[in-house]
Amino acid sequence: MKKKKISVAVSGLNAIDSPGPGISVIRSLRESKYFDVRIIGLSYETLEPGLYMHDLVDKAYQLPLPSAGMDVLYARLQYINSIEKLDLIIPNFDAELFNFIKLAPKLKAELKINTFLPTLDQFEARHKVNLADFGKKHKIKVPKSKTIHTIKEVLALKSEFTYPLVVKGKFYDATVAYSVDQAISAFHKITSKWGLPIIIQEFVTGQEVNVTAIGDGKGNTMGAVPMRKMYITDKGKAWSGISIDDPKLLKMTTKLISSTKWKGGMELEIVKTEKEEYYLIEINPRFPAWVYLAVGCGQNHPEALVRMALKQDVKPFQKYVAGTLFVRYSYDMIVSLKEFETISTLGEL
Amino acid sequence: MKFKKNIALSDSGFIFDPTTGDSFNTNPVGLEIVQMLKQDNTPQEISAYFLKNYAVDESTFEKDLYDFINMLSKFKLTEHNEKEKN
Repeated sequence: MKKKKISVAVSGLNAIDSPGPGISVIRSLRESKYFDVRIIGLSYETLEPGLYMHDLVDKAYQLPLPSAGMDVLYARLQYINSIEKLDLIIPNFDAELFNFIKLAPKLKAELKINTFLPTLDQFEARHKVNLADFGKKHKIKVPKSKTIHTIKEVLALKSEFTYPLVVKGKFYDATVAYSVDQAISAFHKITSKWGLPIIIQEFVTGQEVNVTAIGDGKGNTMGAVPMRKMYITDKGKAWSGISIDDPKLLKMTTKLISSTKWKGGMELEIVKTEKEEYYLIEINPRFPAWVYLAVGCGQNHPEALVRMALKQDVKPFQKYVAGTLFVRYSYDMIVSLKEFETISTLGEL
Repeated sequence: MKFKKNIALSDSGFIFDPTTGDSFNTNPVGLEIVQMLKQDNTPQEISAYFLKNYAVDESTFEKDLYDFINMLSKFKLTEHNEKEKN
């Protein structure tokens, strides 16, 4: 079969110890049966490793930080599109999604760039701040949580929570605090990086299991692969994991996608307790960094996303291979000063 | 007590539970016991087989067998059959 040539812009090139999903998404697209992809990398920092992975990323451009706003982002995308003629953009950072969701209709209408993103309502409803209400609405167990803004509220937590508890940032970062002092320290550390509010969550102990999934926006689950973390870094990230065949997890995923009519990629973070209760800890509104495991198991979720974005007829995946592992590794690339200079000064490489 | 049907067992003694992702290794004797459990043999049948084929006395073997079975149960590799449930 002749593969269709397309240009896809992908962000999340930060393949670091707490990696963005970009490189996994790109690897998945490189293995597509349907597309011959030209990959345009989108980065925010000059040391995102994906910028220098020329076997995966054909050309890369810096983007303005999400805080610069939609107009600045649109202008940058307009420039990139004038050179690259993009068919599709796959944004992979939680923090940039708001802007991309808002810009999606304009990108399609004026620049003919496709996206396949959750709606703003879906994006907001699953937000950490709203997770308790989300759980109630969709009848899914979630740990007790509270949104706070001040240190005074940290001090008052002992009346509502027992330690340990989890201190979480709005977009990223989570720390388990075993005392008030640790909670205060985590509050300062996370607010300095991600701002307010801070989410306090009940600490649920058990096995950490995640699901990478994709919804078609009409309530259908197009694919879902659950994974159990086998090796976890000090940042709580899976450094290795194994695909599992857990019917309860899959049922929970399809129920959630069906009731939310989720559109696009997503990751469910779940804790399975000793009593085999499943607590939804977080919903990430994009593919996880380990999404390439799904490809290894027989479900190419990023490819399915591209096909749906391009209005192709896509059938849901029916099976995957349980017992497939991923083992992450670190690798030192040698980068010339010239390359670093180019991305630093020109904003493209 | 039955060995769960979906548990994968290889000839090398590697046991994989696809529901949890847990994996275990057992030695050749453990492997033989697990294989017999998987074929729905009762502990009494397993005991009779080992006493006939190995140089081991009954009390030592049965103690080790029930320890092993308890361990399999603790690792959630077994389930109760219908008779036991009732």
